[in-house]
Amino acid sequence: MATLGELERAIMDLLWRDDVSLSAYDLQEALADRKLAPTTILTVLSRLEAKGFVIRDRRSRPHLYAAAATREDHMAELMHEVLGGASDRVAVLERFVGQVSRDEAETLRRLLGS
Amino acid sequence: MILTAAALGVLAVLLAWPVPVLLARARWTRRSPGTALILWQAVALAGGLAMIGSLLVFGLAPYGDDLVSAFLAVDDRSGEPWHWIALAAAGLLGAHLLLNLLATVIRAEHQRRRHAHLVTLLSEPLGANARIIDSPTPIAYCLPGPLSSVTVFSAGLVALLDERELRAVIEHEKAHVVQRHDVVLIAFRAWFAALPWFPIAYRAQREVGLLVEMLADDRARRVVEDAELARAIEAVGSGADAAASVWAEPGTPDTLNARVARLALAPLSVAREALIVGSAAALIGVPTALLLAPAALALFS
Repeated sequence: MATLGELERAIMDLLWRDDVSLSAYDLQEALADRKLAPTTILTVLSRLEAKGFVIRDRRSRPHLYAAAATREDHMAELMHEVLGGASDRVAVLERFVGQVSRDEAETLRRLLGS
Repeated sequence: MILTAAALGVLAVLLAWPVPVLLARARWTRRSPGTALILWQAVALAGGLAMIGSLLVFGLAPYGDDLVSAFLAVDDRSGEPWHWIALAAAGLLGAHLLLNLLATVIRAEHQRRRHAHLVTLLSEPLGANARIIDSPTPIAYCLPGPLSSVTVFSAGLVALLDERELRAVIEHEKAHVVQRHDVVLIAFRAWFAALPWFPIAYRAQREVGLLVEMLADDRARRVVEDAELARAIEAVGSGADAAASVWAEPGTPDTLNARVARLALAPLSVAREALIVGSAAALIGVPTALLLAPAALALFS
């Protein structure tokens, strides 16, 4: 059962991926396997909008939603908060390197469980 | 009572300046960070007690020979303005410290929640209380929470460290969570934020943060060799090791060197540790006794 946070991430991933504006219907379709009610999607989008992650275009019908900033922007923001002022150690527009390998993830999971 | 006020005043001054300076410079703290942290907390607590206590006792001095009877005998007629000023100062200082603590906690919780949200959006879950963000910068840190904490790793860190080194990092972060270092660090941050005139507030705060890291390192040493821990410290330090409290200063070369260098030091003997903890208790006992003993004696005589 996906939590609210996981759902927010799924929606942001969709908005970030193609850098497009989507309507709530588009999102519901893209996440069809989760069988979400439209109100759920709208609630999540409202939350994301309130927190500044999503911009709503009210001029169009239906309303279109877009990411307020790129994924890299937010990652840089996170890194900046973690590393304090030492952002010279972080390339602000770092490329997304790729997933952790399955072996590595498995090792970490095992170590965390012990 | 004037004498008691003077004694408490002297104690307050000692605990505000020379004692923290000596403690920050002491080398034994590296060998037993846990007891050092206990002593630091005692210094702060006793310092606060002495500060407010000396003002309180001086303010109530015209009305009696011990705190309780003087408090009960307070009236508007006698007493010079200095005593009223001291009483007001005691009240204001106490309120200031409490409000500052409240403000610091609220601000920190705000920041934490925002950051936690950011982490949720940018990471995948990993096990029960951990997340992994896809960044090549090697980082590992603990995001404390009032109910549950989350440990955050980066893909870069996992790729960089071998299994033993990862184990060391995990144990280190677990220490922050289990031992609730965030509470200690927030308390100190509030303390120093409330007293900007505290001569070495910044240095003392860094020292406490460093001791907290070393304490967490000690937990990692239970499961890995010192050499492996040293490598892990340096690897994570190349990214950051933001400690348990919200965004403590990241690992500078000095702090990383200090953490690695102290691994070679022998731990303190149990006897010495007991002595230090006893001193901490005595340190809190002194202002408490000065404040309450006369009243207690009057009660029983």
